[in-house]
Amino acid sequence: MPILSYLKALGRALGDELAADERVCVFGEDIRVGVANVTNGLLKRFGPDRVVDMPISEQAFTSFATGAALAGRRPVLEFQIPSLLFLVFEQIANQAHKFPLMTGGQAAVPVTYLVPSSGSRTGWAGQHSDHPYSLFAHVGVKTVVPATPTDAYGLFRAAIQDDDPVVVFAPAAAMGVREDVDYATLVPVPLGVARVHRPGTDVTVVAVGHLVQTALSVAEELADEISVEVFDPRTLYPFDWTGLAASLDRTGRLVVIDDSNRSCGIGAEVLATAAEQMRLVAPPKRVTRPDGAVLPFALALDQALQPSRDQLLTAVRAVAKGG
Amino acid sequence: MPDAVALYRTIRLIRRFEERAIELVRSGDIVGGVHPYLGQEAIATGVCAALRPDDVITSTHRGHGHVLAKGADPARMMAELAGRVTGLNRGRGGSMHAADFSLGILGANAIVGAAGAIACGAAWAGMLAGSDRVAVTFFGDGAVNQGVLLEAMNLAALRRLPVLFVCENNGYATTMPTAGAVAGTITGRAAAFGIPASTVDGMDVSVVLDAAREAVERARAGAGPTMLECLTYRFDAHHTFEHRVRLRYRDDADVAAGRSRDPMQIQGARLDPDERTRIDVAVEAVLDEAVRFALASDHPDPAGALDYLYASGLRARPGVA
Repeated sequence: MPILSYLKALGRALGDELAADERVCVFGEDIRVGVANVTNGLLKRFGPDRVVDMPISEQAFTSFATGAALAGRRPVLEFQIPSLLFLVFEQIANQAHKFPLMTGGQAAVPVTYLVPSSGSRTGWAGQHSDHPYSLFAHVGVKTVVPATPTDAYGLFRAAIQDDDPVVVFAPAAAMGVREDVDYATLVPVPLGVARVHRPGTDVTVVAVGHLVQTALSVAEELADEISVEVFDPRTLYPFDWTGLAASLDRTGRLVVIDDSNRSCGIGAEVLATAAEQMRLVAPPKRVTRPDGAVLPFALALDQALQPSRDQLLTAVRAVAKGG
Repeated sequence: MPDAVALYRTIRLIRRFEERAIELVRSGDIVGGVHPYLGQEAIATGVCAALRPDDVITSTHRGHGHVLAKGADPARMMAELAGRVTGLNRGRGGSMHAADFSLGILGANAIVGAAGAIACGAAWAGMLAGSDRVAVTFFGDGAVNQGVLLEAMNLAALRRLPVLFVCENNGYATTMPTAGAVAGTITGRAAAFGIPASTVDGMDVSVVLDAAREAVERARAGAGPTMLECLTYRFDAHHTFEHRVRLRYRDDADVAAGRSRDPMQIQGARLDPDERTRIDVAVEAVLDEAVRFALASDHPDPAGALDYLYASGLRARPGVA
């Protein structure tokens, strides 16, 4: 079977949506040449009216997409840097997201915001290494963080087909994940449905994005002593609370590994909801970035602030013994 | 194209709508207050008179005039201000977000300068769909230092979008005089992007209409965006909270001078007095009915406070479990 890389999955999903629906168009910087390696070849296939290279003016082209969506288009925006989402937070959270309610249901804003290479890219320092998916979940913008190429393909397509704004984070650390897949089996993956990558009976590890691979590795290492279930929410908002409750019915123990800053990160929400409403037989734990993390440049410092495999291993062991 | 009578009627409708809305703010029937458009009526009236029904507009926090001039039902507009289910936005938007997509009113926007890029995107989509419809974005002098609006002008010029940038320079950004906020000139900003711009008397609706017609024709012909700076004066407060909290940022002489040229009187003087009286009476009847309709309409059910949050129909989790 052919090998599908994560980036190729994103590019394929975008090409398939452009081909399937003529309302779909792409805006971004340097997308005509595909600097982020997602849009390569799309200009030639679909032309400059559908693959629109934009000047560096993120705020304007983000609201430009809102206007185009209000007029019937389904734009996809590509951002080269995750931290640019801070710059356009007004345009997404305060404009696009609010139009349906504020207009009493007159408007829909079907725009997809893609960040290929979110989180640390190793050595890109303070203003290129953020992972602000929890911010969007907090304001109620649909947020997906695919962990695998198959899910990247399926969730990205579902995001473009969705009638609401959706932010798609493609973690830099997941870009190396490859899968052997039959391309004919690639299909949209519905938003809001989690995926259990590895079933287990002792501890549920909720892992976000690239950290799914970390969780799978820890689960394998602990296989002889603890049965770990690896739960990938895939969509952070809306979150698959039903799926998580089912997992905790089996395990009763919870660890979250989440590349957010600790305060108000999605890991905090998972723990809070589980504590309020789900079966827990031991105090849960989360492994996150520190409060207020700004990733420093030097490699050892960059890595020191990201949730690590060792931290997860320790947390899983502690939770397995707790209660 | 509308005649002098129709132009006067729209100005009168906006004028009296605002005065009636202010009464309802005072009586507590409209909560949150309003940003009165009093004094600026000729701009919305003249610009919208140059538009077709399928043209689109974006508006501002001071947006009642634009929404009414583009054809919104005054009764449903008043009901929106009063937060009723019969309002244009079903009571979900209020004064600062009134919209009627069926009339091309893409919404008033409460963030200064934010709507320009939205109008550009709508204009682009229309252009690519083969339509010759035009988008107008209204904004005040306070918006001309907002980066996103300047970025939008760049995009509009770059792609020759059928957009009309209408700056209503009423002399104050909230309380800040234009001279205290704007370096250079407002039209100079457009000129920097190669966008033709002119400054016109925003108190004379016939002047505004002529300038808007020319800009709209240019846009329809594919010649790209135009900026109009319309000089005007805000007769009343920035917001009705000023009626309770007196802010000292313009003195009585300034206000008297500003109000000395009144767009309603300027256009009214062009009408036969009897005809003008007939229009005034008819407008009052429309507004009597608008107020009656608004106040007789139901308040929304709190159980539906999150309705319409997602176009896809997703229901948000409640705040307590």
